[in-house]
Parts: sequence; C-alpha cells; structure tokens
Amino acid sequence: MKKTWIIAKRELASFFDSLMAYILLVLFLGFSGLFTWILGSDIFFINQASLQAFFSVSYWSFFFFIPALTMRLLAEENRSGTIELLLTRPITDWQVISGKFLATLLLIIIALAFTLPYYITVANIGPIDHGSVISGYFGLILMSSAYISIGLLASSISNNQIVGFLIALTIGILFHIIFGVLASSFSGSLSDIFNYLSLSNHYQSMARGVIDTRDIIYFLSIVFVGLVSTEAVLKRKRM
Amino acid sequence: MDIKVENLTKLYGVQKAVDDISFVVKTGEILGFLGPNGAGKTTTMKAIATFLLPDNGSIYIGDNDAIKSPQEVKKHIGYLPENNPLYTEMPVIDYLRFVAALNNVPKQNIDERVLEMVKLCGLRGEKHKKIEELSKGYQQRVGLAQALIHDPDILILDEPTTGLDPNQIIEIRELIKKIGRSKTVILSSHILAEVEATCDRIMIINKGKIVANGTTAELRNRSQGNEILIVEIEGISDRDTVYTAVAELPNVEMVDFLENESAKLEIQSSDAKQTKKLIFDLCVKNNWYLSQLTPVETKLEDIFRELTLN
Repeated sequence: MKKTWIIAKRELASFFDSLMAYILLVLFLGFSGLFTWILGSDIFFINQASLQAFFSVSYWSFFFFIPALTMRLLAEENRSGTIELLLTRPITDWQVISGKFLATLLLIIIALAFTLPYYITVANIGPIDHGSVISGYFGLILMSSAYISIGLLASSISNNQIVGFLIALTIGILFHIIFGVLASSFSGSLSDIFNYLSLSNHYQSMARGVIDTRDIIYFLSIVFVGLVSTEAVLKRKRM
Repeated sequence: MDIKVENLTKLYGVQKAVDDISFVVKTGEILGFLGPNGAGKTTTMKAIATFLLPDNGSIYIGDNDAIKSPQEVKKHIGYLPENNPLYTEMPVIDYLRFVAALNNVPKQNIDERVLEMVKLCGLRGEKHKKIEELSKGYQQRVGLAQALIHDPDILILDEPTTGLDPNQIIEIRELIKKIGRSKTVILSSHILAEVEATCDRIMIINKGKIVANGTTAELRNRSQGNEILIVEIEGISDRDTVYTAVAELPNVEMVDFLENESAKLEIQSSDAKQTKKLIFDLCVKNNWYLSQLTPVETKLEDIFRELTLN
C-alpha cells in the first residue's frame, strides 16, 4: 500500500505539473456549470431542485476526459523506457498499476469536490433529495473507476499516447452506447446480456438514487478485469 | 554478493538474443561487457536486473533466485538502463527522493541520502533544475545517482558513459572504480579503452554467445598465438641479407620491412622471448647495430575484431 501511494503521489503531481489537471478542472467545471445552470434543460428550465442535469453532463464529460488523462500513464513509460526503471525497483507490477489508477481517481474526486457548491446552492433553492445526490456522486466515482481501468489497459498496449486515447475511447463507447443500442435491437436473453453490459443503465439507476449491489458489482468487475488485464499486458512485455 | 548466471537463453521470436550463456561475477569485481551492437549485452543485463524473463536458465544474486523471487533480488540491485530513461519533467531532487522511497530507503534517511548522491555525482548546482533542462552529461549523472541511492550490493550499468565529454568520462570512470571496490559491478560499453581502464575482467559476447572471458592480459595471450616484434637495425648495406638472415631464425614465422628506406622490420614469431635473444645474437655476429627491439602488444581493438568478425 505504501508503494502504491508513492506511485500515486508522483502521478498526481505529474498531472498538475503538466497542466493536464488544470485543463481537466477548467473544462469539466466549465461544461458541467454551463449545462447545469445556463444552457439546455438546466435547473431553472426543469424547475426542480435536482442535480439530474449535472449528473448527465458529467456522465458525458468523464467519458471523454478520462481517456485523455489515462492515455499517457503507461504509454509514455513504455516509450521513454522509464517503465524499465520502475519495474526493476522493489515494487510489484500490481502496485505500479494500482498507484496510477489511484492517482487518476483522486484527480476525478478533486474535480467532483469542486462541484459541491452546486449541491449546496441547489439545496438552498428548494427541497433536494439528498439520497439521490449522494448516490449520483457515488455512481460517478464508480463509473470513472471503470473508465480509468479501461484507459490504463489501453495505455499499456501501445507506446503511443494517441493510440492509447483512441483505444480507450473505442472500448469506452461499447459500454457507453453500443451495448445499450444492441440491447434494444435484440430480444430475449441476448438483450438481457447487452442490457447488463450497458454502462449507462447501471449509471442511470444510481443517478436516480437507487444503490443496488448488482450495479456496484458491475462497476467493480470492470475495474478488476481492466487492472488485471493491464498487469497481464505488462507481464507479457517482459517475456 | 555474487552474480551467478547459468545457461541463460532469451529468444525474440525465433531469434536467439542470448544463447545459453553462463558466468559468475564475484563481489568487488568490475566486469566489462563488450560486444557489437545486437550481440545480447543489453538483453543479458535486463535479465539480471529482473526486467526481462529469460526463456531458459537461471540467475542467482547471492543466494536468491532472480526469476523465482524477483522482489527480494531487486532490493540489492542498482540499475542504469540503456539510454538512461528518466522522468524528465521532474526536478532532480524530487526524482531522487521518489526513487529513494521506491527503494525502501527509510523516510528519515531520504533527504540525507539524496544529498549524499547529489554530492557524489556532482549535481549540486543542478539539483533544483528539471531533468529535461540538464545537459546529457548531467542527465547521465542523475541516472547514476538513482542507481546508487539505496547503496545496492550489485550495480548494473548499461553504457554508463554515452554522451559524456572526455572529462566527464574520466570522472564517471573514477566514480565507478571507487564504488566498485565493495560492490559487484557489470558495465557494458562500446569504448574498449574504457573497459580496459575500469574493469577487472572483460567478457566479450557475440551473437548471444560468450566468445572471451578473462583479464585483458589473459585475452591478449589467448587471442594472439604469434607475438610481434618491431626491430630496427642500423649500419647495414644490403637489406636482403638481413631479411634472409632473420627469416632463417627458428621461431620466426614472418618478416616484413615496415618502411621503404629504413631497416625497420616487423617480425612475427611463435615465441618472442627466444626470438629476441636470437636476433640480438645475430646482430652481434654480423656487426649490425640494433637500435630498436620492441614487443608489440595486441590492442584490445584487434582482439575484439578478431573475436566478433566472422
């Protein structure tokens, strides 16, 4: 755990040093603020004290931002050869991967922490369902974890950051949209399978305030499979 | 702590990068690793540093098996990979702190250890600069500092002096020599003179196989069956008489005039010691003045070329 934290601290510092973190914060807060308060079906338009608008904007922004954050995590180490330095230190591959995962998740949590004023403001305007807000935030964190692990896997495959970004988006779009589309175009058990695989179903029920263990297991399985596959890719490169 | 490599084989596809090599490096020894590009030096070093998993064979660091218990072995190894990869966006001092923490240096000792390395590797003026702002020579020092920060028993340096100017090369060489007294060091290099100056033992590898292993003196003896003498004789009228007289001596295999006008000969013999005496006697008998009689040492370059060129 200590080693994981050493890696996470360095990665987090590197996000801020490379301005990546600031760009993410500005863009994310800009987008989510715009759509929550000013544009489209914003809070004043729907005339309800709820953060539904915010949660659906965040759902889309993280889908694009997370691959941009994760793309360099391992691709850059592969390209410059620093992966060799890292993996020959007394640290396991798993600690390296989980450290990088943790750093990105912390950055997402920092970004989400900046949106707490939205919650406080809305709570002051009218009666808000506190449970659904907490569940919504929880859902965003779980969803981000899933995309971070997918992004890490994509980044481990290539030496090229852009390739890492595109692979992450491609895998991401399956979970984000395509499984959902497939679910509605099939019927029977095939439809059920695609329905279960579709990330938006699981996220939307959480954003509405329903915390179901099946959803939590769904997100955690993606995280687990993503990270374990990343470890396998790293091991494969050393064969 | 000794390094013991047994029957190490590493394949890249069907190509054998390292082909069944075995060797031992003892504590306090500096082993120079030579070979043409693509001979398998880097692959071998990567395998010892636990980065690459070999297809066959075993590596022991002290009593630990590097393949079965890499985590234990890694603690004892300081490694400078080829091309010296570094987190170039980090300031030197932050980077060294990071590596120290990764290497289990206790928290209270990290600052002290980092400063020691900064001093040892001559980075005092650069310690707050970002690594990408440093010249290649200074970056190489950072690479060396990170390899040494946990005071490892074993040092693996893959071309530690590339990109350095002659002064820096000498400094780094002295540093490696100093550190190498108490540690086990393997270093690879293209610069033969450097290996000769720094290393106790030289191992030449070609096409994945060890083709020579020994001290420079041993390599010289082994590679050159014939020894070469340069002889200059003055006060002769006829070069041909000299030529035939020398060529008729026992042990002499080949005689050749070096320059057109003077009487400078290159003599290849199977036993230089005896030949010297015979040449001297020959000159005395014929009243020739022997003004030069020099044994020519085979250069390491020649040995290298002989062993690695097919």
